[in-house]
Amino acid sequence: MIVETGHYALVLALALALVNSVLPIWGAAIGDRRLMALAPSLALASFGFIAYSYFALTYAHVTSDFSLVNVVENSHSLKPLLYKISGVWGNHEGSMLLWVLVLAIFAAAVALFSTNMPEDLRANTLAVQSWISAAFLLFILLTSNPFARLQVPPIEGKDLNPLLQDPGLAIHPPLLYLGYVGLSITYSFAAGALITGRIDAVFARLVRPWTLLAWVCLTLGIAMGSYWAYYTLGWGGFWFWDPVENASLMPWLAATALIHCTLVMEKREALKIWTIFLSILAFSLSLIGTFLVRSGVLTSVHTFAADPMRGVFILVILVLFIGGSLALFAARAGGLKPGGLFAPISREGSLVLNNLLLTTSCATVFVGTLYPLALEGLTGEKISVGAPFFNLTFVPLFLPLFILMPLGQCLAWKRGDLLAAAQRLTYAIGAGLIVTLALAAWRGGPALSVILCGVAAYVILGSFADVGRRLFAGGASPAAAGRRLIGLPRQAFGSAFAHAGMGVTLLGLAATGWGAERITSLRPGESVEVGPYQLTLEDVSARQGPNYSERFGRVTVRSGGVVKAAIEPAMRAYPTRKMNRAEAGIATLGLGQVYMSIAEVAPDGKLDARIYWKPLVALIWLGSLIMAFGGALSLSDLRLRVGVGRRARRAAAANPLPAE
Amino acid sequence: MKKPRFRGRAVTALMLAACWLAPLSARAVQPDEILPDPKLETRARDLSAQLRCMVCQNQSIDDSNAELARDLRVLVRERLKAGDSDDAIRTYLVQRYGDFILLKPPFKAETLALWGAPLVILLAGGAAIFLGARRRRVAVLEPGALSEPEAVRLKTLLDGEAPSS
Repeated sequence: MIVETGHYALVLALALALVNSVLPIWGAAIGDRRLMALAPSLALASFGFIAYSYFALTYAHVTSDFSLVNVVENSHSLKPLLYKISGVWGNHEGSMLLWVLVLAIFAAAVALFSTNMPEDLRANTLAVQSWISAAFLLFILLTSNPFARLQVPPIEGKDLNPLLQDPGLAIHPPLLYLGYVGLSITYSFAAGALITGRIDAVFARLVRPWTLLAWVCLTLGIAMGSYWAYYTLGWGGFWFWDPVENASLMPWLAATALIHCTLVMEKREALKIWTIFLSILAFSLSLIGTFLVRSGVLTSVHTFAADPMRGVFILVILVLFIGGSLALFAARAGGLKPGGLFAPISREGSLVLNNLLLTTSCATVFVGTLYPLALEGLTGEKISVGAPFFNLTFVPLFLPLFILMPLGQCLAWKRGDLLAAAQRLTYAIGAGLIVTLALAAWRGGPALSVILCGVAAYVILGSFADVGRRLFAGGASPAAAGRRLIGLPRQAFGSAFAHAGMGVTLLGLAATGWGAERITSLRPGESVEVGPYQLTLEDVSARQGPNYSERFGRVTVRSGGVVKAAIEPAMRAYPTRKMNRAEAGIATLGLGQVYMSIAEVAPDGKLDARIYWKPLVALIWLGSLIMAFGGALSLSDLRLRVGVGRRARRAAAANPLPAE
Repeated sequence: MKKPRFRGRAVTALMLAACWLAPLSARAVQPDEILPDPKLETRARDLSAQLRCMVCQNQSIDDSNAELARDLRVLVRERLKAGDSDDAIRTYLVQRYGDFILLKPPFKAETLALWGAPLVILLAGGAAIFLGARRRRVAVLEPGALSEPEAVRLKTLLDGEAPSS
């Protein structure tokens, strides 16, 4: 019964979305405030229905209701509760439901929190968001109904793909969706502003927090996915340039560019056209990503099912929304007045260069991902575009950004002085050089790693140069600097942390050059050296999990005879799906990790193992956490700033100026 | 996103599953494959990382668990032992499997747009920014002629009379 009401709620949500697509926009056009005021309430109601529908599907999964196709295909009564809940989005239908839920969450958030924006802009924005909702609700109801029943329910389900039975599934997809579906709201803002016809600094100020929020979630989502791949896939890789990874990287790059250019638009009213374009682009890339993943056009390991109907449907949505918004953009962008002027060497200039490099690297990923498809479609010739291509093209485009990052922050708005900016970075540049030279002299190793470590040191220190200068300006004492610390806008710290996080990630990537790898066979009692550690396989035994059985080795990690850690690499067998999955044994020692993954035990009692020592590898993900922290810091500042005008007015009312 | 899900009945999906899930005891590079000569082995690893596992999605034979990838790894090592150069091995594999096997697409007419895209986009973007900046400067510094009411208003102001409105 709950299942049927969930299905019905989804239909009601579609009806509400359709109403919300038309009435507010009409109201904004004829200036009817009552029609415009419908938008927030409809958005909230629609959110309520979609949330209920989502709850209904979760309920079916948790109670193992095997009369539902979706539950039978993806669940098992013995599956742990965590995976019953996260398994809801571990399949095509459920993940699309999560998709529209995130759309609805953002619409509801705008309805609740963006109360100080112009009425007509809010009505138009929520209406555009409803168009997207309606399109995807229709997609779910027509092609991917998660509530389809079976005539004769089986006794047991087919279980979830073993690779997905991992805590990673509980965290990664929701975060990623909050990120890349969250970009829908910047798209709606852009389209809403184009329809309203007013595009000014207010738009940038309104859209920036939402972009930041989506960016923070996307950053965490991508990092989480990469760590998940790292520890489950068994050979210690963390980024594969897989088309589906690229699909999430592209919106991230566009969103990063967008955050930076809204800064220019907010402060200087410049780059208006470009900001609007990027807002549209970022979500368009999310849509393209959804199409690539859901349609089965890439025979990727990520593709759920190759159903042509679904592919065509999403393609139509894609064409309508990208084409429609670009047409609107073309019609309205010409009328925009150019904003503030700036010299090439200035904060604005550096942000323009940042945008050029980010969008070019984004375009490179785009071309690299879609080229094989296009070429096969046009000529029938099959080629592969893999990691070597992206390392040769994307990386050189992205590296200059690291040099630019601290430098741009030290440039003044309007007209900057490159030499003065470089002078402020003396310490950072010096530190970078020292790190490089010291590593080259005492540690050795791949030249690229040595240089990148220096660059990373420069970025990490240089990111705080601007904040440091503002704190200690005029030779202020530490106490005075401490007082200034409180007064400094959090956004300044936000960007410092976000940039430093980038540097930390770079350091982790650079350190992979010093990693060690051993591929060997071990008998119980035998030891092997990897990097600075000795690993001893104590014994091999078996145990039973809730819905799998596993064979695992007990391994002791020693350094100079002292026991540092114990790990248990395992190979799990899932009988329902007849699949095996490696569970790597990982010991985090300092910031590095000892990583061991095993295969089956050979008949002669030997255990094939891959063992890695990965120095500083944790920094790769720690860096993304710092980036996200910086974004969140910036976001908290923006939230406070929304009320600034109100507080100032209140203060003015409390102490009226004495009349002269 | 790491969310594979396979339809048991689809052959391709099964083959893909082989790359990630090791249904047999096959694993990416196994101890028995490794060459005794560390120099040759390093070359073998570098080559393998550039060759695509034909039944996988974007995975190199070095990383893949599929049987076919193992066969190819062994083949590469046999060729190396026989004294072939890296290029000779690549050419041999391309003759057998086509360009599809190279993770780094070859530079030729069909891939010109692929390899050229990053540079072209960067230059076009740079040019657009340069021209846009110049146009903006002109537009802001030399505003257009006054409209008729503006001209009238300016005239009244200049004539020293108070504006009527």
